[in-house]
Amino acid sequence: MAGPKRSAHLFAALGDETRLRLVSRLSNGGPMSITRLTRGSRVTRQAITKHLRVMEGSGLVRGMRHGRESVWQLNQRRLEDARRYLDLISKRWDDALLRLRHLVEDGRDGR
Amino acid sequence: MNTDRIEKKVVLRATMTRVWRALADADEFGSWFGVKFDGPFAPGVKLRGVVVPTTVNAEVAKAQKAYEGAPFEITVEQMEPERLFSFRWHPYAMEPGVDYSVEPTTLVSFSLEEVADGILLTVTETGFDQIPLARRAKAFTANERGWSMQVKLIEAYVVRAQ
Repeated sequence: MAGPKRSAHLFAALGDETRLRLVSRLSNGGPMSITRLTRGSRVTRQAITKHLRVMEGSGLVRGMRHGRESVWQLNQRRLEDARRYLDLISKRWDDALLRLRHLVEDGRDGR
Repeated sequence: MNTDRIEKKVVLRATMTRVWRALADADEFGSWFGVKFDGPFAPGVKLRGVVVPTTVNAEVAKAQKAYEGAPFEITVEQMEPERLFSFRWHPYAMEPGVDYSVEPTTLVSFSLEEVADGILLTVTETGFDQIPLARRAKAFTANERGWSMQVKLIEAYVVRAQ
């Protein structure tokens, strides 16, 4: 499990529209070369490389040399960490609804 | 991946009247949710609530002491008797000294439906994508503490049951 500090880094790394778009493209299209990632984008190759480096720093993506090109892929586990925020709030609702069930079914408040 | 929305469904084996009261009556709502409100729910009304600590475990209660009386606000949106109850709030708005009023809220809604074996309650909370990323990361931290507290609560229940 990632600690809170690392999570904060992760959310910061994702807090940018270009980065979110890159994550989405890598998520749907698998490992991709920088050339393919740049194609059809209004953002320059240089800027995209910079964003990828930031995300690499938070462990969200990994870059590998493949011949003369860099190929990038998602680190799926870190992406799952981002989902944990919702999972935790989700868990809080599960606990609360269990107490609601006790109240309406058994007439006690469950606390 | 959907990071904006949470949905929960649960079938409650109770009458519609009973379930509606547990949602629409501020005192009843507070009793299962663990808060105390300063007035009754009504559409469009802004209410202040405070966190009420658990009585199950002294250590957890002590840890929650930090949040005891922590104020938060909800704004009731819709109340359609025995059908829909919804409100807006700031999720995890518990950090002292932070002005949450300028930040976006999430919408929580409870909808009710009669089914064969009781009442189907659907809870949704939406709008998380609008919450600042830094705030989400903070909630994450608060939750990590919450988790270890939950474990202690479960332990307390188990020990009492033996």
